[in-house]
Amino acid sequence: MTASQQTASQTWLIRNVRPAGGPATDLILSEGRITETGSGLTAPGAQVLDGTGLIALPGLVDLHTHLREPGREDAETVLTGTQAAALGGYTAVHAMANTEPVADTAGVVEQIWRLGRQAGYCDVQPVGAVTVGLEGSRLAELGAMADSAARVRIFSDDGRCVSDAVLMRRALEYVKAFGGVIAQHAQEPRLTEGAQLNEGEMSGLLGLAGWPAVAEEAIIARDCLLTAHVGSALHVCHVSTAGSVEIIRWAKSKGWRVTAEVTPHHLLLTDELAASYDPVYKVNPPLRTAADVAALRAGLADGTIDCVATDHAPHAVEDKETEWHVAAFGMTGLETALRVVHAAMVETGLLDWAQVADRMSVRPAAIGQLDGTAIGAAGQSLSAALHGRPLTAGSPANLVLYDPAARSVVDPAQHASRSRNTPFAGMDLPGQVIATFLRGEPVVLDGKLAR
Amino acid sequence: MKRHLISAADLSRDDALLILDTAEELAQMADRPIRKLPTLRGRTVVNLFYEDSTRTRISFEAAAKRLSADVINFSAKGSSVAKGESLKDTALTLEAMGADAVVIRHQASGAPHRLAGWVRGSVVNAGDGTHEHPTQALLDAFTMRRRLGRLDGLRVAIVGDVLHSRVARSNVLLLRTLGADVTLVAPPTLLPVAVSAWPCEISYDLATVLPKTDVVMMLRVQAERMNAAYFPTVREYSRRYGLDAARMALLPEHAIVMHPGPMNRGVEIAAEVADSARSTIVEQVANGVAVRMAVLYLLLSGVDPGPGIEATEVIR
Repeated sequence: MTASQQTASQTWLIRNVRPAGGPATDLILSEGRITETGSGLTAPGAQVLDGTGLIALPGLVDLHTHLREPGREDAETVLTGTQAAALGGYTAVHAMANTEPVADTAGVVEQIWRLGRQAGYCDVQPVGAVTVGLEGSRLAELGAMADSAARVRIFSDDGRCVSDAVLMRRALEYVKAFGGVIAQHAQEPRLTEGAQLNEGEMSGLLGLAGWPAVAEEAIIARDCLLTAHVGSALHVCHVSTAGSVEIIRWAKSKGWRVTAEVTPHHLLLTDELAASYDPVYKVNPPLRTAADVAALRAGLADGTIDCVATDHAPHAVEDKETEWHVAAFGMTGLETALRVVHAAMVETGLLDWAQVADRMSVRPAAIGQLDGTAIGAAGQSLSAALHGRPLTAGSPANLVLYDPAARSVVDPAQHASRSRNTPFAGMDLPGQVIATFLRGEPVVLDGKLAR
Repeated sequence: MKRHLISAADLSRDDALLILDTAEELAQMADRPIRKLPTLRGRTVVNLFYEDSTRTRISFEAAAKRLSADVINFSAKGSSVAKGESLKDTALTLEAMGADAVVIRHQASGAPHRLAGWVRGSVVNAGDGTHEHPTQALLDAFTMRRRLGRLDGLRVAIVGDVLHSRVARSNVLLLRTLGADVTLVAPPTLLPVAVSAWPCEISYDLATVLPKTDVVMMLRVQAERMNAAYFPTVREYSRRYGLDAARMALLPEHAIVMHPGPMNRGVEIAAEVADSARSTIVEQVANGVAVRMAVLYLLLSGVDPGPGIEATEVIR
């Protein structure tokens, strides 16, 4: 089955919508593409959607999603995870490799990729493990995953750090052969043994073992230098400290191929929330201080941090309704990401909507090589699977319609994700995803799943 | 007073003084032939201990029994997740039994906070991980006041593994509330990195602090800290931060020496210091019962839903 066979035949006329927050226009979606833009368009027989007051963004692309399938289908499946993604405005997600079994072979990544195709709510691009079983001792068959139908380009042991400097160097070098990138979960393991919470005032007060900023920053600095030394590409996962932003800014100033992501929760929440000892606030890397939040926002605004990635990490209730130190790390994020970015970055005047499109679609698509600039070997029809393209005639019709004037309280019971561990529960957040189109087909309409 | 006693920070100055004054009255009862009050008759106190601590459990048990409460001891060793039922399920069980107060000792910081969200009775923190141990701080303050007659302006040095000490955290908070001036003395490795934000002074040098100290409180040093390079050897720790007779001589004449127990004699405290007249270590244990009686009395006798009302609420 190819993507083109999946495209919808229904034509859509979206009236009076503002692409990337710019002047209002009409859009016609047909045969999986945006076929026309302009004012006063007509399309006989088309479904009409009044986009007055809505912003259109290219479909969001997440570089960091945990779909939990295979292995923990009680927490999330590819189906529920991609439904959550669609409801959040995403048309492509990168599925992290820490499944059971680990996505460290061509067979597993192809399985995950196919499950995504079957679910049909958004494209699922598997991330391959760097090392066998995420054990950090031997390289996984990176080439086989790259050549598979899943066409893996991002490799990560996320959840664990490739802490061995030699192994990290070899991984960075090896993936040059097929234009891969290593996405590092930067966490010096010895400095974070038993770590529970950002090391600082709160960890001291609460008596929770500290997760120091230096444990992240030291690895990022080392990896930037290794990347420069071997001329490869590094992507830094979930940057969480002010110091990390500075190091990445410095690495970029050298012209090194270093990219970085920040999560919505690190843009909005601080470690003070841990005072309740409610593990819904337990995440890795941990929530940091208000000064870190300010630096992350500034870094995302000036482009030092390339993009927002959710680190959507669903967990079963019993893994969170526990004492803090035994609870699982992680928060769900797909269904709230755009609204959180709206609150943290747009309402604060740090980003306009065109920049939101850049940080949540264009740049992550480029890092994940879903934007058509790199041509893969096998399997899918790349021209149909493009993401992060401008909303102009000829682009694939992957887009999200967003109502920036809406406001509501986050209710996890309404989420499509199988898990409920959102730290934003009960928060009043701006905005609402109204519709998501995947290759011209509405997967979300009126804020609800459309199929 | 709040419904729970989870952190020393839960106590206002008035709350803390009320507990100490109440404990003073209750302590006098210990000298009477019949050492039992009917105050909490018909009320149930559960001792929920996830960590071995015979002395603290016995202290709470004695306190509850002297107030005529029914006491249920519930020992659940080991991680609640690794084996056995979850803390939440245990909490629901206790709730169904109609526990009016749950005294919890747990190796996880914050476990009493979690428990308080799942039960309706009062939660008393009897030590949670490396977080707090508020009744220990209360009995320490009680002991200081008895020995030295005041707390306001008292100069207290707390010496040792502050980083991992729930006793230190609770004492810093409570003593600050009660107007004492606290100095923490430890090697830098055993202080939290952001300790400068705490309402106290910091020193790395015990000898310079002792002459300006009314109370010196020695904390237990766990042998396993040595393996994590917090200090080079036990001997070096003892030389630099231990209290021996020569160091004790640096203290003003009226000063007292405290230890929350159990002691490592010869490590943080020399035997001759522990057994000296300045030492309040045995007194602390005796005072613990009176202070815990005061806490249970004030938490449980103030609000009185009555067992019948509790039962109907459970049925609903």
